[in-house]
Parts: sequence; structure tokens; C-alpha cells
Amino acid sequence: MISANLSAIFYLVSGVLFILALRGLSSPETSRQGNLFGILGMIIAIIVTFLSTGNFSTGFIFVLIFILVGGSVGAFIAYRIPMTAMPELVAGFHSLVGLAAVFVAISAFLNPEAFNLGVPGNIKLGSLIEMSIGAAVGAITFSGSVIAFLKLQGIMSGSPITFKGQHPLNAIILISIVVLIYLLCSTQSSNLFWILLVVSFLIGFLLIIPIGGADMPVVISMLNSYSGWAAAGIGFTLENTALIITGALVGSSGAILSYIMCKGMNRSFFNVILGGFGATEDITTSSAKEQRPVKSGNADDAAFLMKNASSVIIVPGYGMAVAQAQHALREMVDTLKKNDIKVSYAIHPVAGRMPGHMNVLLAEANVPYDEVFELEEINNDFANADVAFVIGANDVTNPVAKTDPQSPIYGMPVLDVEKCKSVLFVKRSLSPGYAGIDNDLFYKENTLMLFADAKKMTEDITKNL
Amino acid sequence: MEIDPLIFRLSIFILSIFVGYYVVWSVTPSLHTPLMSVTNAISSVIIVGAIIAGLSGNSDNVFNTSSIFGFLAIALAAINIFGGFLVTQRMLAMYKKKKKDK
Repeated sequence: MISANLSAIFYLVSGVLFILALRGLSSPETSRQGNLFGILGMIIAIIVTFLSTGNFSTGFIFVLIFILVGGSVGAFIAYRIPMTAMPELVAGFHSLVGLAAVFVAISAFLNPEAFNLGVPGNIKLGSLIEMSIGAAVGAITFSGSVIAFLKLQGIMSGSPITFKGQHPLNAIILISIVVLIYLLCSTQSSNLFWILLVVSFLIGFLLIIPIGGADMPVVISMLNSYSGWAAAGIGFTLENTALIITGALVGSSGAILSYIMCKGMNRSFFNVILGGFGATEDITTSSAKEQRPVKSGNADDAAFLMKNASSVIIVPGYGMAVAQAQHALREMVDTLKKNDIKVSYAIHPVAGRMPGHMNVLLAEANVPYDEVFELEEINNDFANADVAFVIGANDVTNPVAKTDPQSPIYGMPVLDVEKCKSVLFVKRSLSPGYAGIDNDLFYKENTLMLFADAKKMTEDITKNL
Repeated sequence: MEIDPLIFRLSIFILSIFVGYYVVWSVTPSLHTPLMSVTNAISSVIIVGAIIAGLSGNSDNVFNTSSIFGFLAIALAAINIFGGFLVTQRMLAMYKKKKKDK
């Protein structure tokens, strides 16, 4: 048994180690060391908790068993998961953090003595407020992440589900959560606690169903943030510094990522939360569908164009992840490089289904990270490049965003692909992208459409090079 | 008059938000996915609360309603801790620089 002061200091140490873990991610070289700091921080926090409870009886054995069981499941998943499934994995993990926060809050509510929070029916007011906020946010994180997970897995349709009166209903539920917390704190009634949990689960579910597939980067980041705030709420209840620091870090991290993603789409946070594109844009797209001529080609044409180029820029998108084309792509690029062609990759902030999704896939395919560039870094280079190879991206290359103020994506930062001498666009069909709008790029003079599966087309081009 | 310890915790919380703000802005965009998986892992430090809850039973009866929820939370948080750190490690190991000899 160690003193409360000593354990508080150790919790502080582990909080600092978590800060260093995030700090490490400022560059790939320091990131691996950062991760080790994170692991060390976690080990310290767990050991200190054991020492401070000083309970090494049967219960301790069971704690170890549950850690081992959960840990092996987690390790198994971590080694088996394909990199393309990273968004689902992260959504799934968020739901677990949320549920764990709910369980800890329930446990503390049922048995406050164990946490020094008072006795059942007379829990310290401050603790009860913190506990109920932590539980409510945790519940929202859980049900929201489950929906995000189902949508990303394709079990649930990725298209937005909207119904009449959705926003007023959500508003009423959100207000009722505040009222419930207030009543709970004044009456200490356990019934109210359970109702609060149910209502919070419900609102998490309702908040995420109207959000469409391509807005998932925002949703995942937002849920990331929520999981942090839930942890912080529980941290206040338990008076635990490590938990408070971590909750604040994770909360602000998720909030920043949501902001970056929203900016990448030129949409406000509320615009995304209040339901996807789609609803208002349906009419405009179906009526404006005119037949315009497109040039389409085959792998041979594409190979010819690229062979005669001196620089090529690759623009990957979600379609590349779906087709698992990243390895085939890298083989193609290797062949190009053997012919002394300069190749770089251009990544739009919202390419894929989560922040940094494309970068991970390219890293998996052994693409060196110093050949991969962000939008601002590379956008000026399109004008000097010979070929842009768009694989699985669509809306993020649409020049309409710069030219047509009527367009729903007007103002969204896009990659200036059309400035390239020629554009190769790999796509299954001419169908519009997620935003439901036609891509002007398809009809440009210098665009060659390659209608095929991304992976197969890339392999065919490599053969023809 | 003494200051309520809550105020100190609140100070830590607010300052940590600022630390988080600056630290996360300095994260390179190409590492945003590992950032999410590692924040996932560290937010599972909630396991400390779960452990206290799990150990709340007495020696005659390890399992009561409260401790059962604690044990479940331990398992969930452990999935996240191991899964989160390992998958981050796996991802980070893939980020390589251009080979010099090329």
C-alpha cells in the first residue's frame, strides 16, 4: 500500500508520458519511441493502482484474468486487422472506451464507498455531477461509435438516414439529458440514473444515423473527442490526475481532427452533424444529368502516356482502399521510377474514411513517406506535372469547387488535378461521387477515363509499361 | 480559507487541454491515423477506475453487482490498451524513409 500522495505523483508521471506519446507523433522518426512512452505510462498507471488499493486477494487474481482475456483479444485483433479496415477498428475501439466509462460510472454509483464518494443514496454532489456527465458522454460515445462502425463495415447503409422532426427530437433529448442530470443530483434516485443512461444511448444513435459515409472522417474524430471527455469526467469522479490529463488530451485531439476534417470539406461542424449532403442536393443532380462526351482509354493508352511523362502525381482516394489497390499501385510506381520518371503522391485531407487513412495504406505498401505530400505542399506542382493519376478519388479533384458558386462543394479545397498536361482517371463508371455531383474533370479535353477496377487497371498498366 | 481540491483538478484539466491543443497541432497529418489509435489506447487508462471497481468486493464475495461492472470494464479497457498500442506500433513500423541506395 502506497500513500495517496505518492500514487498521485505517479499518476502525474504517467500523464506526462502520455503527452510525450502524442508529442512523438510530430514526425515518423520519433513516433515509435513516443508509442513506447505511452505503453510505459499505461504500465505505471496500472501498477500504481494495484499498489494503492493494496488488495492482492482473490479479487486481484480475477482482475489479472480479465486483463489477460481482454488483452489477448485486443492483441489478436491488432495483429490480424487489415490496414484498409482501420476506420472500422478505430470506431470499434471508441465504442469500447465509451462503454468502459459507462461501466465504471455504474459501478461507482452502485458502490460509492469503494471510491470514497459517500454512500449509496448520498453521494457527494460534485462526484455525482461528474459521474453522470462521464456516464452520459460515455454512453453517447458507445452508441454513436457502434453506428459508425456498422456504417463503415457496410452492415448498415452508408447513406444518411433522415426523418421528419429529427432535429427537434434530438434537441428535446439533449435538453432532457441536462434536466435528468439536474434531477438525479437533487434526488439521488437510481431510477433516474438508469433513465439517463438509456436516453444517452439513444441520442448517440440518433446523432450518427443521419451522417453519410464520406462524412465519416468527421464523425470518427468527433467520437474520438467524446471518448476523451468521457474519460475526463470519470477522472474527476475518481480524482485521478492521469485520467484527467489523458481525457483532456484525447478530447482536444479529437476536436482538432474534426476541425481539420471540416475545413478539408469547407463545411461547418454543425453542417456535418445536422445531416449529410444528399437531402438538398438530390434534385439538382438528377435534373442536370446531361450526356457529355468523355474520352475513355485502356491500360495500353495509360501506359503510353506515363512512359512519355517525366513527372507523375498519384491522387489516391477511398476507392483505392476498397479495391485494395495500394500494393499494385506501388509496383506500378516502381516500374515508372525505373524509367526515371519522377513520382509523388498527393493526399487530400478528407481522402478515405478517417484522418490519415491514405497515408497508412501507402505506408503499408512500402511507399516512403517523403514521397507523400499534403494538399498545400503539392497543389502548385500539378501545373508542372505531365500526368495526374487519380485512383479512387473523385469529389476532392472536382474543379467545380473552384468555379461554380451553386455547387454544394463550392469553396472546398480541391487538388488542382486539371492543371496537369493529362489526367488519368481510374473509376468504375461515370457515376457521381459521394456529394452526388458530376465531376467536371471527366469531360475535360486532357482527361482520359479508365473504366475498371482500380487494382486490375493498375496491374494492367504495369504490364504494359 | 482553503481552496477546494476540485479547483486544482480543474486547473490540471484546463492546462492539459491547452497542452493537447499545441501538441496535436504539431502532429504531422500523415500520422493522423496512428494518432487516433494511440489516443484510443491512452484513453483506456480508464482501466484504473475499472480496477478499483473490480476490487471493491470483499474477500468472501469477490463478485457483487458493482464489481462485476468493474470486471467487464477491465476487459473492455484491456482490449483497447493492447489493441490500441499494438496496432499503432504495427502502423508506425511501416512508415519508412526513402532508401538511400535508390
